[in-house]
Amino acid sequence: MSTTEQNLPVKAFTRDFNFYYGSFHALKSINLPVIEKHVTALIGPSGCGKSTLLRSFNRMHDLYPGNRYQGEIVLNPDNTNILDARVDPIEVRMRVGMVFQKPNPFPKSIYENVAYGLRVRGEKSRSTLDDKIEDALRGASLWNEVKDRLNQPATALSGGQQQRLCIARCLATDPELLLFDEPTSALDPIATANIEELVTQLRDRVTILIVTHNMQQAARVSHYTAYMYLGEVVEYGITDEVFLRPKKKETEDYITGRFG
Amino acid sequence: MKANELDQIRSVIKTNKRADLIFALAGFLALMVGVMAFITLFGEMVANGWERINPDFFTSFPSRRAANAGILSAWVGSLLVMLVTALSAIPLGIAAGVYLEEYAPKNWMTDLIEINVTNLAGVPSIVYGLLALGVFVYTFGFGQSILTAGLTLGLLILPVVIVSTREALRAIPIHIREGAYGVGATQWQVVSDHLVPYATPGIMTGVIIGMSRAIGETAPIITIGALTFIAFLPPSPVTDTVPFLNFEWLFSGFTVMPIQMFNWTSRPEEAFQQNAAAAGLILVLMTLMMNAIAIWLRYRLRKSISW
Repeated sequence: MSTTEQNLPVKAFTRDFNFYYGSFHALKSINLPVIEKHVTALIGPSGCGKSTLLRSFNRMHDLYPGNRYQGEIVLNPDNTNILDARVDPIEVRMRVGMVFQKPNPFPKSIYENVAYGLRVRGEKSRSTLDDKIEDALRGASLWNEVKDRLNQPATALSGGQQQRLCIARCLATDPELLLFDEPTSALDPIATANIEELVTQLRDRVTILIVTHNMQQAARVSHYTAYMYLGEVVEYGITDEVFLRPKKKETEDYITGRFG
Repeated sequence: MKANELDQIRSVIKTNKRADLIFALAGFLALMVGVMAFITLFGEMVANGWERINPDFFTSFPSRRAANAGILSAWVGSLLVMLVTALSAIPLGIAAGVYLEEYAPKNWMTDLIEINVTNLAGVPSIVYGLLALGVFVYTFGFGQSILTAGLTLGLLILPVVIVSTREALRAIPIHIREGAYGVGATQWQVVSDHLVPYATPGIMTGVIIGMSRAIGETAPIITIGALTFIAFLPPSPVTDTVPFLNFEWLFSGFTVMPIQMFNWTSRPEEAFQQNAAAAGLILVLMTLMMNAIAIWLRYRLRKSISW
């Protein structure tokens, strides 16, 4: 499976993917494609497993004991099952970037925040760092606001700026897939609009998988939507179809606000 | 709301507020017990020892004549011992704390070690002295030296450094770690680039608390056999010839401030009691100064670390 029915390239997909927190079966036989250079949204009520699924794509669960993956998550073009025991989770995280729910800049300078991903990749040349940092900050629509104070602490920025800085931190390393875990849930409406704008700008450049609580957000930014409930993908399809002509009753109930 | 109901509410509030006042008073008195005790002790030392504090007191060796006696060998000894203590306890304590908190698997072995470390902080200091006498003085042959004393006090404060390292690491929010792992950092990169730098203010607090305790310790130093009367200085650590460093001082005999004090208080003459009070005053001031530096450094570092 490397293309969908519409013959679009698939950047990543899960095959019979199950996930366990200890003995709790959190995700059940997930089969989900993530189309290249498009935005795929995961929606569903709290506790449905959407964040758990997202965090599996960069093996974040490996940081904590008692978690277990089963099945496959395949990353193209090399067709690597990133859950394979032989695949180093650090290699996966170098390919797949992640933006978190709460902006989490390091208590370092703005410059060092964006530089960090490059530094762990061994980049030492000051001029290369400078160039890539400028590109990343421009890509995250933050350059004009911070270009004169790159050496100031990142924590002095506003919440929305911090989140865009975290996006820049990912962009600097040129990820193949970018994961967003409810990136606007800690932000005010204006900062939220900025991030959404940014996601729509980025979708031609990088493949995006986004978890959101906010259905309007999913409708605004995504091409594809998966509705999840109780650890299963109930419905997956083109966003407009899922929102306007849901095939399943549960999806319709959730989307129309009768449930969730 | 009727008038009498309002009156009722007001009288209830009045009764409730009485408890506030009573606690505020009781709390203030409780606080004063500690403050007054310190002021009395400190005041007495100042009153008794003040006259003796002059430049000569710092630059003279002890003497059989009280008026000529000074604390030169004691404060130099204390300083050098503290140097060894800091250089041994800080790296060992931080490394052990980081390992326990970040690397060690969470199982019963780790739990057991954890309980032991916490208990070690409560072991009487003289027990450390006995251990050091057996291990450092006789087995390793370090003798009754600055090295032995420094390592002994280093062991003594190790649990404090370990525990404060762990607590400082635990205070770092999980999303900061995930941010670092998320861009592909290894565990060591996360530890060395993020966790330890961000934990530094907390670790330093523990180090300074430990050092303030160590500088006043007497029992373990006596146990390992520090000299009480000493009229020479250890060889200087810095020399004017290549390689400019000299480690002979590590194996030199020494005395420290609290031992000098103890020595003088055990003398019958009134004049020596004055000396003891003056030395005590200096020792307290040394401790206060260490704490002040710690608070200042912590304040400066904390300003740049927030999440």
